Amino acid sequence: MKGNLRNRLLIALAVALTAIYGVVGLPTSLQDVYDHLEEKVTLGLDLKGGVHLILQVQVQEALRAEADRTIRRLQEELGDLPVPLTPDSITRNNPETIEEADDIMITVEGVPAERASDFRNTVEQYFPNWLPSSRSSAVWELRIRPSSLALLKNDTVTQTIATVENRVNSLGLTEPTIQQHGRADAEYEVLVQLPGLSDPARVMQILSMTAQLEIQEVLDATPYPDIDSARAAHNGVMPPNSELRLHQRPAVGGVENEWYVLNAVPVITGSDLRNAVPGRNPEDQTWEARFVLSPEAGSRFGDYTGANVGNLLAVVLDDRIKSVAEIRSRITDQGSISGLSGQQEAQDLALVLRAGSLPASVEYLEERTVGASLGADSIRQGVRSALLGLALVVFSMLVYYRRAGINAVLALMLNLLILLAMLSYFSFTLTLPGIAGIILTIGMAVDANVLIFERIREELRAGKGVVGALNAGFAKAFLTLIDTNLTTIIAAAFLFLFGRGPVQGFAVTLAIGLVANLFTSVFVSRLIFDFALAGKKQVKELSI
Amino acid sequence: MQLLKETNIDFIGRRKYFLGLSLLLIVAGGVSLFLKGGPKFGIDFKGGTLVYVKFKDEPRLDEIRKALTGEGLNVAALQPFEEGPDSHELKIDLDLTEEEALTSGQDKIVATLRRLYGSEESKLDFNNVGLETLADRVVSNPKIAESPLTTEEITEEVRALLAFRDQAPQSGLVRDFSLLTSIEGVNPDIISALEEETYLGAFAIRGGGYVGPKIGKELQWQAIKATLFALGGMLVYIAFRFEWIYGVAAVAAVFHDVLITLGFFSLFNREIELTVVAAFLTLVGYSMNDTIVIFDRVRENRKLTRRQPLASLLNLSVNQTLARTVLTSGLTLIAVLCLFVFGGEVLRSFSFALVVGVLIGTYSSVFVASPILLWWQGRAVAVGGQSRRK
Repeated sequence: MKGNLRNRLLIALAVALTAIYGVVGLPTSLQDVYDHLEEKVTLGLDLKGGVHLILQVQVQEALRAEADRTIRRLQEELGDLPVPLTPDSITRNNPETIEEADDIMITVEGVPAERASDFRNTVEQYFPNWLPSSRSSAVWELRIRPSSLALLKNDTVTQTIATVENRVNSLGLTEPTIQQHGRADAEYEVLVQLPGLSDPARVMQILSMTAQLEIQEVLDATPYPDIDSARAAHNGVMPPNSELRLHQRPAVGGVENEWYVLNAVPVITGSDLRNAVPGRNPEDQTWEARFVLSPEAGSRFGDYTGANVGNLLAVVLDDRIKSVAEIRSRITDQGSISGLSGQQEAQDLALVLRAGSLPASVEYLEERTVGASLGADSIRQGVRSALLGLALVVFSMLVYYRRAGINAVLALMLNLLILLAMLSYFSFTLTLPGIAGIILTIGMAVDANVLIFERIREELRAGKGVVGALNAGFAKAFLTLIDTNLTTIIAAAFLFLFGRGPVQGFAVTLAIGLVANLFTSVFVSRLIFDFALAGKKQVKELSI
Repeated sequence: MQLLKETNIDFIGRRKYFLGLSLLLIVAGGVSLFLKGGPKFGIDFKGGTLVYVKFKDEPRLDEIRKALTGEGLNVAALQPFEEGPDSHELKIDLDLTEEEALTSGQDKIVATLRRLYGSEESKLDFNNVGLETLADRVVSNPKIAESPLTTEEITEEVRALLAFRDQAPQSGLVRDFSLLTSIEGVNPDIISALEEETYLGAFAIRGGGYVGPKIGKELQWQAIKATLFALGGMLVYIAFRFEWIYGVAAVAAVFHDVLITLGFFSLFNREIELTVVAAFLTLVGYSMNDTIVIFDRVRENRKLTRRQPLASLLNLSVNQTLARTVLTSGLTLIAVLCLFVFGGEVLRSFSFALVVGVLIGTYSSVFVASPILLWWQGRAVAVGGQSRRK
């Protein structure tokens, strides 16, 4: 019996020490304890402040872009075939929402019947991502293959995550969480958590900027006030591979809309950039973002500008013309985006150009900001009130159960310690719902001891001796404890499996707390009783 | 010390009164829910925009509401939010609009408040500025530019100043620059630069959020689904350990608790936020725990005294566990009351659910779960022609 007691004591001490080590490490001072706690127990954004964002990647845009690229290549390939086609004979539909994304389709009209097999062969050979099918003798439809579709959408999300990561890192934000969120094959969501962020509005703007930069040739030097007049000027037939883009030129008393006809195939794109920095235009001191091209793109740009002196170039950012300028001489590797509102815009634009563009635009589905001051207040008040509650519970237990109350309090403390240690060992994040789980754990830990003690009292009243009452009390309460705790642990497991975010946070602390509770109430509390009684020959009274 | 000696109260015999009380509470909550058109969801579930603002002086509600509405904002609620005496806080809640501009709601609120409370064109608002922006501004101040301070040193000092601003008792809103001089180790040059570059706005945005319609629906469904699965799991376990009717009775009691607590939320006009879900889960766990303790005793007593009718068996079990029930509930209630009273406004809805939940959860174990067992047995036995005995 004695050896047994020693072994049990060793187990309990080992657990307690491991837990203490997990929570506070090997401290040399009180400050160490705080530092270690702060480092080990990660607080959720709801407690320490920060921004929680859910972005949705508009994958249909990436599919539209893919279709556009395909159309341009089709025009080249079919030109070689040769299939007599007009510029308007290859079109695509326009899926506007994520749900419609899969419907992306290219329609080719005017393929002569005798050329049908040539057409099919060309598509199969050069456009393996697309499945051709003929709707009528002259009209073909190309749909994207399901496997390519999944791959393309997946790539879009992955690339978005990488770009967002780049931007967050360039902003110097620490400890960000950036990951895919929701169902990967249907929701295309990205979760971004930025703890301690103090400037949410600016960061949100930076993250959502698509920042697709294109430098395009201006095909028609005349700016048109609207699309219709641009079309009318070309008798309704736009030049091949052209697109109309808007330039909102700042003018007296507002902006002036100018539409330009651009070559849809850009000379330079954002991926050709090597670097970008904010700067001031030496002539008028306005802010601009200056960029430097990669060597390969630089020589291409040099050839192009050398051959097109006197023509116009448009700098297009996210489908809007930022500026239009005449090529005065050969330009090799530098350029700038002018016409910015100020230093902030220049800095932010340079940053996103450096960090890369998003493959598709993103939309914010959810945004939660807990300001640093609000987070600090809720921690302070939450912790203070929780400690007060705990102190009152401890006090009542001691008053009510006297010496046995000490058991209960020790068991409760060890329970909380194990819980904190597990949280820090597995680096779980403690959130407000997690604290709810801890409250329920405390409630059930107190309950476990109350159950046991009331049972022991019952047995004492029934006339049993101290040791007999202890044995019977623990044995009978044990079954109840198993049932209550297991039921709740099962519930917590389901909550963890099927819940999300806050529900999961609750489930984690609850499950850990209850497992610890079974150990502390059944094993440790009993041990303390036995320890107190050991060595005494005859025990007549129990302080309970 | 002992509060309750051995008791022998006829709880089960009075079950009709308690059933009446339960019905009354459910009906009252139901009527309130009906009149108010369902539970009052926070933006987490219904979608919308939310901003917490702290004002220097008592906010002028009517004026603010008028200005916001004038901007075309769909103001759902302007709710004073007391963090303490004279905290002057306001929770501004916007309903979702058709408008696509997702996060513009917050920007518009800030812009409107700026117009209402005044701002200084060329200066930054110290009470609403972020670290990076403020540090950049201070670094480029001509006086600071001449000083030997490095950019890193300046950033560190600005960080300390903002930390001071965000601490209690400022809680995000500094009323006077002279307060900043009390911080240890801050360079006076930086404070004078601050006075040149910034002004102290009359309000501070403490937090907020935007939840789109899709997420709101999804969160609602997620929480309900997880809870139902958890309840199902508990039912199966209890059915396995006891009898299936015990599981049904326990789950029915928990449903009863959730229903009544929902009713209380409606009666007291409290919003159901995301954190309230955690509180509901807590109350489910708590009520279940309470019920199982009594059922466990019933099971044990049944083995000991096979002849006793169920009614007296239930009474005996409830009485035997009464001391424990009162003590545990009392202690838990103390803990959650502390949270409710001192936990601050952010936790108030959460702790409200816990307070109601602990009370109702305890009540339902005795007065709802046990009678269901009796009712079921009564039905089963009635077929055999045996009547209940007291």
